[in-house]
Amino acid sequence: MKRKWKPEESGEMKITELSWKPSKGQASILKGINCVFERGNFYGIIGPNGSGKTSLLKNIMRFVESTEGDIELDSIDLRKYKRREMAGKVSLVPQNTHMEAAFSVYDIVMMGRMPYQRRFEPDTEKDREIVLEAMRLTDCIHLKEKEVSLLSGGEAQRVAAARAIAQDTQWIILDEPISNLDVKHQAEMMNALLYLKEKKEKTIIAVLHDINIAATYCSKIVMMKDGKIYSSGKTEEVLTKENLSNVYEIAFEILENDETKRKYYVPCL
Amino acid sequence: MKKEKKGNQYIFPLVIILLFSVVCSASLGSANLTVLDSLKIIADRIPVLKNLIKTEMIPEVYTRIVWDIRMPRILFAGLTGCGLSVVGAAFQGLFRNPLADPHILGVSSGAAAGATIAMLSGIGFTIMGFGVIGVFAFLGALLTVLIVYRISCVGNKLPVVNILLTGTAISTMLSSLISLLMTFHHNQIEKVYLWTLGSFSAASWSKVVFLTIFVFVCTIVIFIFSKELDVILTGNETAESLGIDTAKIKKIIIVSASLLVAACVSVSGIIGFVGLVVPHCIRILSGPKHQKLIPLTGIGGAVFMIFCDTIARTAAAPSEIPVGVITAMLGTPYFIYLLQRNKRKQVFV
Repeated sequence: MKRKWKPEESGEMKITELSWKPSKGQASILKGINCVFERGNFYGIIGPNGSGKTSLLKNIMRFVESTEGDIELDSIDLRKYKRREMAGKVSLVPQNTHMEAAFSVYDIVMMGRMPYQRRFEPDTEKDREIVLEAMRLTDCIHLKEKEVSLLSGGEAQRVAAARAIAQDTQWIILDEPISNLDVKHQAEMMNALLYLKEKKEKTIIAVLHDINIAATYCSKIVMMKDGKIYSSGKTEEVLTKENLSNVYEIAFEILENDETKRKYYVPCL
Repeated sequence: MKKEKKGNQYIFPLVIILLFSVVCSASLGSANLTVLDSLKIIADRIPVLKNLIKTEMIPEVYTRIVWDIRMPRILFAGLTGCGLSVVGAAFQGLFRNPLADPHILGVSSGAAAGATIAMLSGIGFTIMGFGVIGVFAFLGALLTVLIVYRISCVGNKLPVVNILLTGTAISTMLSSLISLLMTFHHNQIEKVYLWTLGSFSAASWSKVVFLTIFVFVCTIVIFIFSKELDVILTGNETAESLGIDTAKIKKIIIVSASLLVAACVSVSGIIGFVGLVVPHCIRILSGPKHQKLIPLTGIGGAVFMIFCDTIARTAAAPSEIPVGVITAMLGTPYFIYLLQRNKRKQVFV
């Protein structure tokens, strides 16, 4: 199949009045979401548990049918895309990355090239290069031949990220990509994403729980509460003492380093 | 890359083993032929080889035994083994469940119910060489899949849990129905029971042709979606994010696999175990990729079934042991041996 999409498309993701409930009769999880994701940004979605972050991603990925409202990507309704077309535009690192399969890490990352391969077509040299590059970026090249079911939680998360990077899409969506990683690998993962944003002009949308990490890496923040967007915009404008304490229902203190002017967000436990 | 080759090197040896077992099996039985004689008789029917071989020395009766009686039965067994194993491999991948086997969707119970009704009602007719039992079994199988499919559909989606549970439930219900019917017809119990155990004794060339069509078409359809099956094995949502329409693939695989099982079961009865174990054994050789797994499993299943059926018809001659008994009794120890040997490595998927 030929690539139907053009890499230079204007591109924004526009969500209008999006509502979603899992099934009839149940309470809505998303209640009228309006938001625009612009290209070339690093978005962090933050909010307490159950605020609808993952549900929003599920709607964007079309794993579920939206109850009301529309999502447009490059000015086209998401529902009009074929899955394969979408896979050339949007990649995902899911929340649960554990895989109970005997595939090698290399095989799994190579699956990221699926949207561009014909049936029974062997992997090309270019595919291999992209896969190895993605594995290098996420520090899993040494795991290449290892079986995925034997990976630790953190390793599996990095492999899933490598697969999404190998998919080489304009949009990379990550659901808690660093939840299982140690501090070093958290920094490496976030730096890799930053590199993709800066050097490859990718757009990153990541659900994050660590406010300090979000503050350090994200250019924009979408703050959610109770299935609605509580606040969104530039990072420092959204991450105010008031917003944080309202959303998380716990007081926050913001400390500033006098030399670096970096802000630290500390919940008052 | 070395790793890429893994699995492919087994195709050729397995095909040789398959051909060898066909010829060997053809020479075994109450009339014992030499392997060479049966090879000659078979080769005599193959257009190009025909002219190179002299069969005048072999008595006519032997030719008839090999070609008209044993060969259809061997091919019949091989095709059934191939079909059931391929479906097993496909279902284990599609449902991400190592316990999945071809009978899991209730197809086989449907076939058994159809066959039972045909046997007990005593209607008698034949369509193109197929008895009423086979026809009813096939219809019963298809009807059951249709019902299971309709019940487990949620909107456009076909959740794995739904389909497995519905299949098992319908299957149990149909088994009870068969038991109920049997209690009202005591004199027919043995016939029904033996049918459900499975047998290749009613083989004929027309059945071979019928089965060949289903086995080839459905196996090719499943094989075409090998890569999709690989990705589905790593998770439904992952597969969708990689551009695979999982709902569509599921439907295609389920429909073609069910047709294949319906065809196998309606002519040979319910032969268990092959579809569960052969894919697992082959997976140890081939690795988890379906592009290698599916063809190897097909050949492996055929070899295994021919082997089992040869024992079934020769071990206690002139009476026959039900082939389903042999598959389980031979397969289990071997499977356990493989599990033990690969303890450190994971066997499934």
